[in-house]
Amino acid sequence: MSQQEGKMKSLEAKVVVLGSQGVGKTSVVIRYVGGMFSKAVSPTIGASFFTYKLNLENYRVKLQVWDTAGQERFRSMAPMYYRKANAAMLVYDISSSDSFYDIKEWVSELKRNVDTPIVLCLVGNKCDLEDGRKVSFTDAQEYAESIDALFFETSALKNTGIEEAFLVVAKKLIKLYETTLTSGLNILDSSFPYDESEHPSSNIHVESSGQKSTNKESSSSGCAC
Amino acid sequence: MAETREAEQSQISDPDGEELMEKNAPGDSKNSMLIASDSFENIDIDCVEEFEIKKHKGGLIHQIVKQTSKEEQDEVAKENDDQNSAKSDLSIGEDSSEDQGEIFETKDIAEALDETLNPGNGPISSHITDEDVNSPEWRSQRKHIFIFSDSGKPVYSRYGNEDKLVTLFGVMQALVSFIQVSGDVIRSIIAGEHRFVFLIREHLILVGVSNGTDSTQQVLMQLTYLYNQVLSVLTSTSLQKIYKQRRNYDLRRQLSGAEKFLDSLLNMMETEPGFLLGAVRCLPLESTVRDMIAQSIVQHAKVKDLVFTLMIANSQLVTLVRMKKYYLHPMDLHIIINLINAAESFKAAESWTPICLPKFDSSGFLQAHISYLDEDCQTCLILLTVDRESFFTLSECKNRIQERLVKYNGLQAISDSLRKNSYSIQDCKISDLRHFLYKSKSTAQYTSPELEAPYLTQPEQERLFGLYQFLHQRIHSLSRPLKILYHVGPYETLLGWVTQGFELYAVFGPLVTKPLAINAINKLLAYIKREENRLFILNSVTF
Repeated sequence: MSQQEGKMKSLEAKVVVLGSQGVGKTSVVIRYVGGMFSKAVSPTIGASFFTYKLNLENYRVKLQVWDTAGQERFRSMAPMYYRKANAAMLVYDISSSDSFYDIKEWVSELKRNVDTPIVLCLVGNKCDLEDGRKVSFTDAQEYAESIDALFFETSALKNTGIEEAFLVVAKKLIKLYETTLTSGLNILDSSFPYDESEHPSSNIHVESSGQKSTNKESSSSGCAC
Repeated sequence: MAETREAEQSQISDPDGEELMEKNAPGDSKNSMLIASDSFENIDIDCVEEFEIKKHKGGLIHQIVKQTSKEEQDEVAKENDDQNSAKSDLSIGEDSSEDQGEIFETKDIAEALDETLNPGNGPISSHITDEDVNSPEWRSQRKHIFIFSDSGKPVYSRYGNEDKLVTLFGVMQALVSFIQVSGDVIRSIIAGEHRFVFLIREHLILVGVSNGTDSTQQVLMQLTYLYNQVLSVLTSTSLQKIYKQRRNYDLRRQLSGAEKFLDSLLNMMETEPGFLLGAVRCLPLESTVRDMIAQSIVQHAKVKDLVFTLMIANSQLVTLVRMKKYYLHPMDLHIIINLINAAESFKAAESWTPICLPKFDSSGFLQAHISYLDEDCQTCLILLTVDRESFFTLSECKNRIQERLVKYNGLQAISDSLRKNSYSIQDCKISDLRHFLYKSKSTAQYTSPELEAPYLTQPEQERLFGLYQFLHQRIHSLSRPLKILYHVGPYETLLGWVTQGFELYAVFGPLVTKPLAINAINKLLAYIKREENRLFILNSVTF
């Protein structure tokens, strides 16, 4: 481990991806995390969990991405996945106005149930389908401003806008962490209680500005996810 | 059928003194992790029971949560609270014998029904785009399945679009309620070559229409599986709630995306003998390897509230570790296997999803952590818990189990076993024996060799499956159950034998003689006995 790495802080953030059935939530996530696109993505059951690590400013950011199922029957389980989320990607399909209206429901549900600050990002996916567009860019942008959300139009197929969307979300998360004490963001990897025994010598300690306790963080990059 | 000879139940013995020897059942175990199950003999009783036991509180999930939170181990309530089981108004006529259920054979309706489903007669519609009653393709399907609510709202049709079949659903609903008015329950209708089987449950009615080899009982069993699949997605509690709020609710909204589970379950039931037998197949593994895998799980997944941990490879059970006092029913295991087979999305990443196991506790969800342990997505690990917050703990368990299995070549052993295929009938060294199914009753597991010539083509495999269905149905006939059936058919000779400990269905070449067959069966039992540690999971591991 290098000295420089040791000086960097590790930030762990939970990102939940919400939206109607078939808007391309999984495709967006897989494009971002795996750099791939598949035409035959099968519907998500429950929720899938991905992690993505990036270095940004002075931080090593670990995004825990919950890709949720859009099917109606999983609707009632959504709170389990967005609880304690630090950011929500609200995905709709620009060629389906219904999927855009559903976002409004999601937003009011989040407002009602999440009490910690949360970064919202409105994502209009399938922007390669310009011919079938039903949701105009300006309408979506206006709506995003009204709910204080970031806004991007993306295409998982053409790989446009996705990298940027997550990057800006990560930046906003860092800002949120630096400016708000009650951000709910963690500077540690303590969700893995076994790390200590596994690599007893490789733990480094990070003094976090906002928290009293010292937290342990494993420097091994081999977290198998 | 003309050329068949049979000997039933009479002691099969011959002058040379060859006799079937009922010894200890190979693969027998006093310590089973699955609930020992008979084949569908008691499915009817099941129906009644489930009608009556509508417990909302005090389910097993509730029990585990309560138990572990209080850390009180002294008193574990008995499985079923029979308090409210006196409700019997719905089960009138359920205890009547099979033939009484088939009273409804009014000629006109029967003929009309047969005509609806018979491709030969009737006008052929020119537009087949959306399959409906008029499309010849739709009419020629071997088995139709319909599910609808008790107000007649379509929920599922195996073929065609439900909305186009709405009138048909109406007719079926009318039949059901017509019989209900007279205080009886419709069970089946025989119309020409078609068999209409009804399963009536609270809020949902399931109808199977078959012109294949399956018996009424077998179709009933399949319908029960489908009903359980619906519960597995929704739970009985939410099903009740939905219909209490709106009697004519369109359940397809809730099931959207889950139709494929029903489809795949139906396809599996048509090829996989485990459903017929009420048993699961284990991946053949040396017992030391299997023990090592189980121990890896016990050591690295000792987590509070974890109820079951199972590993499945290619629809076969590798191992199952369970919480003390709790057992898994083979029916629930089949539901899990079906979920894994039908959902591709688990291959992309670790998943965290609710699943209801109807036999375990139909009122609530367990939470499942599902992941594949190898690159090729062959070996699937499923951790079932009652704690909705334990994803990260279980994810860490998974990593440690995986690490250990790599280190000790457990995954390698699994993939070797998968590649080798199960075993060849030749390994048994018994001439004339072509194929068999052997079920150990106490462990609810079964074994059978690979399909080999002449059962290599799809039609031949379907025919073989039909033979097993026939044999199974004759032996488990409600009106006349048999212990032994020796049946000489035109292409093969069949021998079915059911004892206290096992069920055996064997297929011989057509020229085998009775003494030869008996001799072969005895040899086969000896073979299975020798291999039992590899073919079956004989000891049950608990946390």
